[in-house]
Amino acid sequence: MAPHTEQLTRPAVRLRGLTRSFEGRTVLDGIDLDLPAGQLTALLGHSGSGKSTLLRAIAGLDHGVAGSGQLTAPERVSVVFQDSRLLPWRRVLDNVLLGAEGKDAGRKGREALEEVGLKGRERAWPGQLSGGEAQRAALARSLVTEPELLLADEPFGALDALTRIRMHGLLRELWERHRPSVLLVTHDVDEAIVLADRVLVLEKGRIGLDLTIDRAHPRSYRDPLLGEYRERLLAALGVTEDHR
Amino acid sequence: MTTTTHTTATAPAALAPVEGTHQVRRRRRLAPGKRLPATRLVGPAVVLALWSVASAAGLLDAGAIPAPWTVLETGSRLWSAGTLPNDILTSLQRAATGFSIGLTVGILLALASGLTRTGEALIDGTVNLNRAIPTLGLIPLFILWLGIGETFKIAIIAIVVYIPIYLNTHAALSGIDSRFVELAEVQGLSKLQFIRQVVIPGALPGFFVGLRLGVTGSWLGLVVLEQINATSGLGYMMFQAQNYGQTDVILVGLVVYGVFGLISDSAVRIVERRVLSWRRTLSS
Repeated sequence: MAPHTEQLTRPAVRLRGLTRSFEGRTVLDGIDLDLPAGQLTALLGHSGSGKSTLLRAIAGLDHGVAGSGQLTAPERVSVVFQDSRLLPWRRVLDNVLLGAEGKDAGRKGREALEEVGLKGRERAWPGQLSGGEAQRAALARSLVTEPELLLADEPFGALDALTRIRMHGLLRELWERHRPSVLLVTHDVDEAIVLADRVLVLEKGRIGLDLTIDRAHPRSYRDPLLGEYRERLLAALGVTEDHR
Repeated sequence: MTTTTHTTATAPAALAPVEGTHQVRRRRRLAPGKRLPATRLVGPAVVLALWSVASAAGLLDAGAIPAPWTVLETGSRLWSAGTLPNDILTSLQRAATGFSIGLTVGILLALASGLTRTGEALIDGTVNLNRAIPTLGLIPLFILWLGIGETFKIAIIAIVVYIPIYLNTHAALSGIDSRFVELAEVQGLSKLQFIRQVVIPGALPGFFVGLRLGVTGSWLGLVVLEQINATSGLGYMMFQAQNYGQTDVILVGLVVYGVFGLISDSAVRIVERRVLSWRRTLSS
């Protein structure tokens, strides 16, 4: 698979020899990686494969973690976590505006809420939202700062299957409208195939597979042509026929 | 499907149970039923009624337990004579002054200790040492230092108040969810924004627990101080009444203490419900 967009755009994220270890155990083992600007990339891996470590390193959240290597990332980075992480004592709009500055912040916050389908819920408390609504609010919060890079750490992992499918559509739609570079960490192979243009598999602290998915959007979960990608990804993850 | 058949004799003819199934009956409710409004007042009202009936029937020694109406009469007599309002005012002033100082000191120390490592090193151990000493045991020392006037009373009340406020607020400040710290970092909050928008609102529930304990503590300290070392106030009034065998006056004092305790606790609860209105959405 050729990294086809590399010549067109400068990379948003550049990793060179990125190493991270916890108490002597190497989690990331010299990763070299470029994420082109405006691309939606999914990062797959087993639990404990270091997906979250990589994401947190790019987000600059790995205080006190031993490591080396070079890492460049854009100025404006947003993170969506697996939990919505809304502050329960702030109303939904105030949560969306956490850290947002400027006099038109309020308008941007309302617009972001409208984009994720939460118009009219500005004054609600987070405790009054369903799991899916809370995660929508978290998406709105990450958009308000107009990020160049959006890091999503299993953002749909805690949602039920139906809500998850709806959120996939929303994420793709938001990405098409705002075009940030997205790194979506997930353990769900189907989610990666349906959403991403490029899927990375993290294996033993290195990028084990770098797969470009050249299929038009919106993609169907039942598209037989995606089955081939699924097989390759599952094989890279070590899931073979007799495991299933 | 098991082979056991449940034969329900009460099954209506319209819906004959299929073999292996049975008519669903609502299970017996294990939780107590719905709470009726103002039911908490029932217990005290029954006690008051029993007291009245026993007094009217002459079952109680009027010298030991005077009738409710005698207490009321004494109360209104003391009120119109001007001594009761005066004593209440003195006591309220003491409680309010001591409480305000304790509240301020408790909050300031908790902030200094909860938000800075230096503050924590200096303050937290010291306060816990202070806590280990029963505050009322400091009374003799404080009388020698500050004299038997108002100052030592206010100082003791302030100490009784600041300790629970400090402990609960500090615990809440330092126990802030690390996920929210991470979120604040991601959203690019400054240190000051982080403290104002995340740490302090997050610590408010803990602060209110301390506040309620502090309010109760201020009344407790007041009662003890006024009964052993006072020349005015409600406790003094009761102490004098003890010397003259006036049980009705003692009961008036107790009623006033009780009423103020209830009012202050309710006031804190109302403020708490307003400030923490977001919490109701979690429990409902």
